[in-house]
Amino acid sequence: MEKFTVHTGTAVPLRRSNVDTDQIIPAVYLKRVTRTGFEDGLFSAWREDPSFVLNNPVYTGASILVAGPEFGTGSSREHAVWALNDYGFRVVISPRYGDIFRGNSLKQGLLTVELPQEAVEALWALVEADPAVQIEVDLEAREVRAGGHSWAFALDDFSRWRLLEGLDDIGLTLRHEDAIAEFETRRPSFGVLVG
Amino acid sequence: MSRTLAQKVWDAHVVRQASGEPDLLYIDLHLLHEVTSPQAFDGLRLAGRAVRRPDLTIATEDHNTPTDNLLTISDPVSRTQIETLRRNCAEFGVKLHPLGDPQQGVVHVMGPQQGLTQPGMTIVCGDSHTSTHGAFGALAFGIGTSEVEHVLATQTLPQSTPKQMAVTVTGELPEGVSAKDLILALITQEGTGGGRGYVVEYRGPAIEKLSMEGRMTVSNMSIEWGAKAGLIAPDETTFAWLEGRTFAPKGQAWDDAVAYWRTLATDPDAVFDKEVFLDASSLTPFVTWGTNPGQGASLDSSVPDPESFGSESERAAARRALEYMDLQPGQALRDVNVDVVFVGSCTNGRLEDLRTAAEVLRGRHVADGVRMLVVPGSAAVREQAEQEGLHEVFTAAGAEWRFAGCSMCLGMNPDTLSPGQRSASTSNRNFEGRQGKGGRTHLVSPAVAAATAVTGHLSAPADLAPAAA
Ligand code: SF4
Repeated sequence: MEKFTVHTGTAVPLRRSNVDTDQIIPAVYLKRVTRTGFEDGLFSAWREDPSFVLNNPVYTGASILVAGPEFGTGSSREHAVWALNDYGFRVVISPRYGDIFRGNSLKQGLLTVELPQEAVEALWALVEADPAVQIEVDLEAREVRAGGHSWAFALDDFSRWRLLEGLDDIGLTLRHEDAIAEFETRRPSFGVLVG
Repeated sequence: MSRTLAQKVWDAHVVRQASGEPDLLYIDLHLLHEVTSPQAFDGLRLAGRAVRRPDLTIATEDHNTPTDNLLTISDPVSRTQIETLRRNCAEFGVKLHPLGDPQQGVVHVMGPQQGLTQPGMTIVCGDSHTSTHGAFGALAFGIGTSEVEHVLATQTLPQSTPKQMAVTVTGELPEGVSAKDLILALITQEGTGGGRGYVVEYRGPAIEKLSMEGRMTVSNMSIEWGAKAGLIAPDETTFAWLEGRTFAPKGQAWDDAVAYWRTLATDPDAVFDKEVFLDASSLTPFVTWGTNPGQGASLDSSVPDPESFGSESERAAARRALEYMDLQPGQALRDVNVDVVFVGSCTNGRLEDLRTAAEVLRGRHVADGVRMLVVPGSAAVREQAEQEGLHEVFTAAGAEWRFAGCSMCLGMNPDTLSPGQRSASTSNRNFEGRQGKGGRTHLVSPAVAAATAVTGHLSAPADLAPAAA
């Protein structure tokens, strides 16, 4: 995973709430067995509408998505995160996320920032007034800065550290392999064995 | 210290605890299917890792499988995904129930039916409706593909401690009102984000009276209001359902297990971070009118006016939903005509659900112009239903009797809505395009689905004329 410290880029205002993962990437794209190349599936149903915000050329090259509350609810498909990453997003900003999506994003180096609705509204207004406005997302300081404003965001220390260091979870867990093996010797004996 | 059911299960699975870090939880059962696993197996291969506990891992084919036959997967991309799962399971020594196997089926139906799901377990799957298994008093939740790989490699998952919520359902469900109506009403009351950050325990007299099938329907939809997991304390109903199933403990081990399971119930003075109440006796058949499961209303009411909602974001969402759904504020929900009725999915594709739908259809016929699909949740459910003759009731009524799979719940296989088509569906998501691009979904109970198939518009069984003898 790529390290994340500070990211500066332009943003796309997605004025919608309850953007579920079926909208982020519809099920037909989930038939693939690869882990990359999902950018074509991102919001594919909405992108057919020429007036959809992602089709507006002024937002070309944006790397920050600013969305309404309950972003990424629904299906656990990590493809939603892959599609956002593959399309070029590094950050999503929304007042609230679906839990599984949030977990997936932080594992894939896509920073999902939680800001209050007022901050999201302010960012929408800023970006719509000037699509070229640079937004600075500072993970070290846990702060978003744009247009002379700044907003602090919360992220637990552990997730932040993993993102800053670009650490892979499996590697971290395998450092505790002894503890896992020890636990296995004291699991209740009536547990299911499939094989 | 007093603890909740979820806390007891959690505590029994902590491999490692360190301050400032998530707990490392041991996973008792890992369920796999073809859609969210290929990239995880690839990751293992790349890193040269094995599956740590193939004996705690089991796979099935469900999302992509055809339901009109058991042999031919016509879409080459779907076929590749199924074949990839078969290759991966063979290579890594994971047991698989492939298409045609008597235990094949939707992952959340095939696990419980074999007795794989037991109280007190931790269960994960790369699928958000893993919450279903919480009906047995297991801590069960959906995970992403990176986590699937993590569990395959380590049989553990780092998890931050969730908050605890109790949902107490008092009173008794009126005649004709089901577990599905209960959970749809709850989600409308609490909103799609209401459960976020919480593990929810459903309890109270109305929950205790539910069958295991009904409990699974309720737990299944926990994720639709954002909860991490939904649990129900194991009781006599749970034990009676489990006893004798293939993977349930036998003999002395069964007695020991039951004795342990009885200790799992939430302590009387345990404290929840949040409590929610619902009165079951006030409920009626419930349907959704919008494009998320929190946009629902009593079947007796009408499509709400978007302007009646409290916040601008809810108003905007409702306006957008009505436009997508092609509905007018004030329109009676009973006047909404449907093209397709789908009975199936991990929410309502179990034997009890099929019995309910068949009971309504017996001696009746699906309305002209309406297509009804009945898709059993698993091959075993299909087999049992046929032993009871339910398939004959469905086909005599003009419904299609299909093979097991996810089918039109998410429309990855050829069972999809066409653009503009409207369905009454016993599944769990009414998202835009969920059942096919441009398709419009109303979530309903099995009884409402069957009654709707008969009239061609959203209906409850009580609306129907007496059936032909
Ligand atoms: S039936 Fe639907 S909700 Fe259940 S696992 Fe299949 S696709 Fe997911």
